[in-house]
Amino acid sequence: MDIKDFPIALTAIPGAATAWHGTVTALEMRSVCARIREDGGRLIALWGTDERQRSSGFAMHVALMDHPGLICLSLPVTETTPEYPAIDDLFPVANRMQRALYDLLGIRAQGAADHRPWLRHGAWPELVFPLRKEVDAKTAYPGGPDDYPFVQVSGGGVHEIAVGPVHAGTIEPGHFRFSVVGERVLRLEERLGYTHKGIEKLAEGMTIPEAARLAGRVSGDSTVAYAWAFAMAVESIAGFTPPPRALWLRALWLERERIANHLGDLGYLGNDAALSFGFAQFWRLKEEWLRSQKDLFGHRYLMDCIMPGGVRGDLDAAGLTCLLEEADALEQQVRRLQNIYDEHAGVQDRFLTTGRVAPSLAAQLGLAGLAGRASAQAWDLREQYPVTPYDQLEVHMATRRNGDVAARVAVRFDEIYESLRLIRLILAGLPEGTTLQEVPPLPDNGFGIGWIEGWRGEVLIALHTGKDGVIHRLHPHDPSWQNWPLLEHAIIGNIVPDFPLINKSFNLSYSGQDL
Amino acid sequence: MYKILFQILRTGIKTEAPPSANPDYRMPEAQQLHKEILKTLGRALVIRHVDAGSCNGCELEIHALNTPQYNIEGLGIKFAASPRHADMLLVTGPVSRHMEEALRRTYDAMPEPKLVVAVGDCGCTGGIFGESYASCGRVANVLPVDVAIPGCPPTPTQLLQGILPAVTKANAG
Repeated sequence: MDIKDFPIALTAIPGAATAWHGTVTALEMRSVCARIREDGGRLIALWGTDERQRSSGFAMHVALMDHPGLICLSLPVTETTPEYPAIDDLFPVANRMQRALYDLLGIRAQGAADHRPWLRHGAWPELVFPLRKEVDAKTAYPGGPDDYPFVQVSGGGVHEIAVGPVHAGTIEPGHFRFSVVGERVLRLEERLGYTHKGIEKLAEGMTIPEAARLAGRVSGDSTVAYAWAFAMAVESIAGFTPPPRALWLRALWLERERIANHLGDLGYLGNDAALSFGFAQFWRLKEEWLRSQKDLFGHRYLMDCIMPGGVRGDLDAAGLTCLLEEADALEQQVRRLQNIYDEHAGVQDRFLTTGRVAPSLAAQLGLAGLAGRASAQAWDLREQYPVTPYDQLEVHMATRRNGDVAARVAVRFDEIYESLRLIRLILAGLPEGTTLQEVPPLPDNGFGIGWIEGWRGEVLIALHTGKDGVIHRLHPHDPSWQNWPLLEHAIIGNIVPDFPLINKSFNLSYSGQDL
Repeated sequence: MYKILFQILRTGIKTEAPPSANPDYRMPEAQQLHKEILKTLGRALVIRHVDAGSCNGCELEIHALNTPQYNIEGLGIKFAASPRHADMLLVTGPVSRHMEEALRRTYDAMPEPKLVVAVGDCGCTGGIFGESYASCGRVANVLPVDVAIPGCPPTPTQLLQGILPAVTKANAG
């Protein structure tokens, strides 16, 4: 659907992201969502704001991806009837987002299929909504009861296996409830929210530099993607374009972050298929990669290197040569290891057909990012809505149709090679000039969007500012929101011992979803 | 199979010498307790890690301890799945209120003597997340902490500097 065919008035949001915004009525919101759904579009994020202090009532916002770009809709919600029409019938992925919105802001999705709490366990009472402005962020509440009504599976021989929140390995906490017969999984139900640490509330009232640091810590493995998305949102509100060299360095780092995470995952995927050789080899390469980031840019994971206005740090001629040599050496090593993985019967036996998400299901439920591309969901912001410098690089998207662990492994290998190609192009075309400029003061009551293809998928930052550039509301959205529900489907019919392998092949963020 | 062996030979030994322990990471009030525990533990240590609410940054560095470069198992240290097998509890993150009970239960499940190491700026002080309706702040607000390793995230070398005193008999005095 072309932008002029929408039945509502949409204005382009300034800045790098290809995005539009419109204020709608409840009926219009539903009808635009339905049109986008028919058009093959997807729901990216759903959040809310408390507007009682600066105008009236609340507002519910959605960000949808359709062919023209990102369509953001704002729906005013009254204080007396804090409700909006649910959209989980159109986009099933809205289910958990609607529940999280109620937990945090107390506005309810009317007609939703599921009203169980999502991010609220027992840490705050049912009728306290932390994102309401009158609620003090620092107030601690006595712990309440936490009896979450899991869906029960019954029948001959069915039993439950409860796992977590503390898992067996060094991973983030969450709870998985398996209903199994013998070793075969009939159903998995996830319960997340254990790492909820009040990020969105914390951001309110922060200055821009403080919030930039916070955004870089929403999900530690995606710090570059979040920091860039946050900077993009601020620059969008300020109507400011950072110096070209800064944008190219941001892309260099984003591709390096993608490679670092893919190397780590490929190592663990070998390990989970009992090939510990794979872990040792890939993690040796990852460690060397991180060390050169520390040497050249000052931080192993590049935290706080991107900030609104540009970047901290630069690259000299010697560093540039070093990175080029490193890229060539890594490609040779990874190709050799891929050959070993591809020819290893035991590894392939574990990878192939395991944890399959068929393309039709992926499309129906909105599987995103890397996992989506492994199930034929051909979306990649770097190719479809390229920001500088991607508009000059012609990114080749990696896709597969099988949707199994093997497909997610193959997409990772393809993306490493593609990112290495992009890194060489970036290093060859790196413009001269400064890397950081001061962002002009932000206008009051601004709204900005940052939208970046992180290694896991699309990271979105929605930023609402108040007076004097202070943050009114910051909503970071991780693609894990889209993909966690699909993991529940990927495991169906598989055996319990394959769950760690399937889970690792998605490698979703808990912290990024729990906020 | 020959390709794997060839790659192992070509890679060679990548393991580096471990750093020396950093006494600054020990909590002052834990010094005495430490000496007694060190006599018991000797040169082998089993660690149970719990993410109590981190951003996942510290976990990346804990994983890195298992790389050939740091080779933590070569130092007599390994990670266990069950707290009942563990001597040391390695805690990352500010302790979210939703993880407070799970963290306490993990600690209670460990046999005596036991050590608690708080990892990262969040574990040491609450970090950027601090204390709020959703976060208890630093690990010491929930459990007695013996060693606190700062950093955002702390490097694998810093982690070893904080963990190693527990297996270095020379430090037992």
